[in-house]
Amino acid sequence: MSDTPHNVEGDLEAPTTEAPDGIDAADVGTGGAARRRVHDLWVAGTEERDWVAAATDEGAQELLPRDLDPAIDIQRGIAVVDDYVEEVTAEEDERQIINMGPQHPSTHGVLRLHLELEGETIRRVKPIIGYLHTGMEKTGETLTYMQGGTNVTRMDYLSPLFNELAYSLAVESLLDVELPPRADAIRVLMTELNRVASHLLWVATQGMDIGALSMMLYGWREREKILQFFETVTGLRMNHNYIRPGGVAADLPDGWEADIEHILSEVPVAVGEYEQLLNENPIFLDRTVGIGVITPDECDAYGVTGPMARASGIDWDLRKAMPYSGIEAYDFDVPLGKHGDVFDRYIVRIAEIRESLRIVTQVLETLPAGDYRTDNRKVTPPPRKRIDESMEALIHHFKLFTEGFKVPAGEAYRAVEGPRGELGVYLVSKGGARPWRIHVRAPSFAAVQALPAMMTDSLVADIIATLASADPVLGDVDR
Amino acid sequence: MAFLEGLAEEQEDGVYLVARADLMGAVTAARDEGYLTFVDITAVDHLRDEPRFVVVINLIARSRGRRLLLRIGVPGDDPTLPSITPVFAGANFYEREVWDLFGIEFTGHPDLTRILLPDDWEGHPLRKDYGVGSVPVQFKGAHKAT
Repeated sequence: MSDTPHNVEGDLEAPTTEAPDGIDAADVGTGGAARRRVHDLWVAGTEERDWVAAATDEGAQELLPRDLDPAIDIQRGIAVVDDYVEEVTAEEDERQIINMGPQHPSTHGVLRLHLELEGETIRRVKPIIGYLHTGMEKTGETLTYMQGGTNVTRMDYLSPLFNELAYSLAVESLLDVELPPRADAIRVLMTELNRVASHLLWVATQGMDIGALSMMLYGWREREKILQFFETVTGLRMNHNYIRPGGVAADLPDGWEADIEHILSEVPVAVGEYEQLLNENPIFLDRTVGIGVITPDECDAYGVTGPMARASGIDWDLRKAMPYSGIEAYDFDVPLGKHGDVFDRYIVRIAEIRESLRIVTQVLETLPAGDYRTDNRKVTPPPRKRIDESMEALIHHFKLFTEGFKVPAGEAYRAVEGPRGELGVYLVSKGGARPWRIHVRAPSFAAVQALPAMMTDSLVADIIATLASADPVLGDVDR
Repeated sequence: MAFLEGLAEEQEDGVYLVARADLMGAVTAARDEGYLTFVDITAVDHLRDEPRFVVVINLIARSRGRRLLLRIGVPGDDPTLPSITPVFAGANFYEREVWDLFGIEFTGHPDLTRILLPDDWEGHPLRKDYGVGSVPVQFKGAHKAT
């Protein structure tokens, strides 16, 4: 493919491969001049003598000078007591800065970590994000409330139904719409299955990142069963747009009980196998016990929620504390860790899989009959049959899908307990058919922010285990 | 809530309007009152209303099971706000995001740089006077493109 001709025409300036005037490439750096000409590209227009430094695009994203580093300053005593040991310094030439990512198989997406190392010890970490930023909050302002679900579902692509649920709850709270009990129960069923799928994927990738390659296969295998159920119900394996303001998009299909029973019979057995494989595996324990510790105080200060905070012993679950969609009616426990290390996060997530399946079992037994969406004609399109009979219904349908429904002016914040922590939607309406502002409180964003607190003064090999245990989804971080 | 007496005006249950000058006092009072969990900072651009920006700080008191939203108006001709990073270290990334997307400057923030957009980006995209923009599509009138 390398000899494919360039089709660039017109007066586009060809990229220069010449050194800027006045700079002799030979006397920059230590490499021989001949070698530089082969390997290096110059940055066009650079006139400074230190053009080699200018050729990086670090800019403000580079690590600050040590005495200006805010991370230390913030972490030193004001709100958070960090384990950073500043007194232990090494010779200047033993310290080096390396970039991990953004293209790295263990960064779970396009996360970049700026690491300052002393030998194999990490002294400072700066997470750099934004590589996946696509302006989804801005996009959300141009979509009607009915279209908005397709946007938010793509943010945290491993828990799409939670995104949709938080968004729908926010819209419904401004609309003041009551949902039929069946809609709420279906929402609980689908989101709890989504939590299981997300945690299964987490076990798979966590295992792979620290060398238990077979976990990757097992975790995806079980997740696949849940995705197949999602496909049966919503038509899609990911980005479902199934939970919508006013209810859900469709009722559960015939035979869904058998599918759920299939999941309920197979997934717990498989999870038991994971535990047999990992719980007493000396390599797994060596890589996870006591690694990447975050204290409850640090969790609070950095906004870390969900399984990460619960692994540190914080008894906080929005499903219990601020219940949504009638989830308080189901019987389940909130598993807590004690040490806040990678192993406790593993234990907590495995236990949460079981608790979520408990909820799914209860929904299976108690799913109320009735409608799967509100009959409020303001938000719900008329049934297909009515459109053939009634001109009014046809107009209603047409209006709903062209203009969308209007939402009364107001502001609302609604949060759900996602697989990664508190997933909230802040919605501002000015009375129109499109949101004035939609903000998503992303749990992964807080988790990435807390990475320095977990990684500082640990070993290079441990950052992989720590990063994986934080379970960041970069689509959620960057939005 | 009593601890916000004189610092904030209640708008609805758990939602308070705070004057810019009282922000640090209100945040500190909230923390001392048990609102220890930092959750979120975001902003809204109301464009023609006054004040133009409203910054929303979201805190949780786990011990009470309550959520607190603090809304702070920020005028459009002077978009600055004291940084709350001395009280909540986790505000660091969130204030950078608000600076990046809204151009609200947090004075006293230790490292106020762009976080989601490239360093050389011009403008603050979530402001209402910043266009949505479009990407030229190759197949639509490609021959007419200059």
